[in-house]
Amino acid sequence: MKFGVIRFPGSCDEVDALCASQRAGEAVILWHSDRDLQGVDAVIVPGGFSYGDYLRAGAIARFAPVMEEVAEFARAGGIVLGICNGFQVLCEAGLLPGALLPNTSLKFVFRQVDLEVVRTDTRFTRACGDRHRLSIPVKHTTGRFYAPDAQLRKLEADGRVLLRYAPGHNPNGSLRDIAGVCNEAGNVFGLMPHPEHAVDPLTGSTDGLLLFQSIRDQIADRVAV
Amino acid sequence: MAVHARVLVKPKAGILDPQGQAVQRALPALGFTGVRNVHVGRLIELDVEDPSRLPEMCERLLTNPLIEDYEIVETGSAEDDGSA
Repeated sequence: MKFGVIRFPGSCDEVDALCASQRAGEAVILWHSDRDLQGVDAVIVPGGFSYGDYLRAGAIARFAPVMEEVAEFARAGGIVLGICNGFQVLCEAGLLPGALLPNTSLKFVFRQVDLEVVRTDTRFTRACGDRHRLSIPVKHTTGRFYAPDAQLRKLEADGRVLLRYAPGHNPNGSLRDIAGVCNEAGNVFGLMPHPEHAVDPLTGSTDGLLLFQSIRDQIADRVAV
Repeated sequence: MAVHARVLVKPKAGILDPQGQAVQRALPALGFTGVRNVHVGRLIELDVEDPSRLPEMCERLLTNPLIEDYEIVETGSAEDDGSA
């Protein structure tokens, strides 16, 4: 299977995302102004500061030519993972619900956090098995997940909150400790923590790899049937 | 003739605005008391040929309507910058 990792001007985590993906399958970089997704099985919108985050984080990147293709790919059921700035881009593009606001502390946070895996039966978390707690780093200034109350209740009721900050680990004031949500169809997922930075024992945790392996397993199943 | 407009953007009412709170807390330290409801937003200035399209610009790019309110203020004719 093949992952495609988008590179925008201002992306900074695309190489880590590429390397992490390569531990689960093949992976290529997709350039923001190309409309060709190169036949990838899954798209990763990585972290960074796409287009300088001018206006609002993710606001300009959503109009990149490649994002039109990503939107089409998502509508057709393709798997899309947005990490940090990628999460912001997908929210701005309307592919994911809610928005990311400045951290309550107004400070940049960079630390390892514990996450609760709310569901292990999804395309993005299935490899977690009985692992219900993951240790993955966050690093952002604009990561406070917000959605209007009615929408929040619906997200919870529909089981679309896949990851939550463990008690005492919410780094940004996200409502209901939400760290990651998926779209209604379950094929687009965004999270603020960085699983691509937690794939090698050298940096303390390999829990992030479980997300990439989940996607690989999902694609493998789909190809097999 | 283009029109000069200002778009005032501020956090939607009811959404926690830590920036506004921080400014509100800082003012009394300088002796400015009696200040409440401080909110920090953004000002976008632009010259537009068709101001009737401003609301659509606000909805689609200039603001995120989920988290921000905006107000459009038209301030008259755009000044000729000599480039026409």
